[in-house]
Amino acid sequence: MKFLGKVTVTLKRGVFDPQGVTIKNALHNLSFREAEEVRTGKYFEVVIEAANSTEAEKKLSEMCDLLLVNPVIERHGCHVEPIEEMESAT
Amino acid sequence: MRFAVVVFPGSNCDHDCYHVLSKVLGLETVYVWHQETDVREADCVILPGGFSYGDYLRAGAIARFSPVMQAVWKFAEKGGLVLGICNGFQVLTESRLLPGALLPNLGGRFICQDVYLRVENTNTPFTNLFSQGEVIKIPIAHQEGNYFAQPQVIKKIQAEKQVTFRYCGPGGEMNAGTNPNGSLDAIAGIISERGNVLGLMPHPERASEEVLGSVGGKRVFQSVVKWLEEQKHGSR
Repeated sequence: MKFLGKVTVTLKRGVFDPQGVTIKNALHNLSFREAEEVRTGKYFEVVIEAANSTEAEKKLSEMCDLLLVNPVIERHGCHVEPIEEMESAT
Repeated sequence: MRFAVVVFPGSNCDHDCYHVLSKVLGLETVYVWHQETDVREADCVILPGGFSYGDYLRAGAIARFSPVMQAVWKFAEKGGLVLGICNGFQVLTESRLLPGALLPNLGGRFICQDVYLRVENTNTPFTNLFSQGEVIKIPIAHQEGNYFAQPQVIKKIQAEKQVTFRYCGPGGEMNAGTNPNGSLDAIAGIISERGNVLGLMPHPERASEEVLGSVGGKRVFQSVVKWLEEQKHGSR
């Protein structure tokens, strides 16, 4: 069975994000003064072949710990969804 | 005495390191390709600057899992000398051979310029020919050189004298204007707790010949030679 793993990675609090600051300044230039803070991040989609969603989640979590995320500076959220269901829904 | 210069796809300071080691200093030097599984019985391994694997994902993140890095890990575990320069420093932090991480520069820009460094610890295999507090001129060229670690880690590396080089002004003074990239505690280079793995953002191989403007970097390599010779003759 195929699953789609979705991973969102953001910088931890206290880790400076120069891209985020530059984007916030640009928003201010566009008069969006209400934009108080911008933090950038990364998004990954991983197609995973696994017997069930628990196994797919476990594999995705291992991928995050080993490669996708640097825990010194980043934190992440991830979940998986079956691909077949997604396709039938569309 | 043999030096190994690791070549990742995207390394671009490998030839500079090879040139300084073999031509300027006359040392036996070999290249080691990233797919190789040993470091060719080298006495010191250099991880050169560049953009290994295109800096994809995070600078140094993919290089960490290349076959040669497993060999470098084992080599370092046995006490072998490893010198990571620029991207090599990023590979060492991603590999957890050195603590912390290198974030994008505070100003958001790639910086390519000469800087001044203060030598903070001369009791290492890489800095024994410097004097404590000596200031050297040396170039940097990086986008992600902003050293970061959690406060407790910073405290620990300060206490253990692991900070080897700090950014400073020409007279050794330190202020906001002398820190080019926003590194915490103006850290430009750190050494492992055991003292055999050094990472630094500046490029000693680009400051090893008078014709290039300064020779402050040459003594990093010469220090390694001296240290290895002393090891061989059992005087340490």
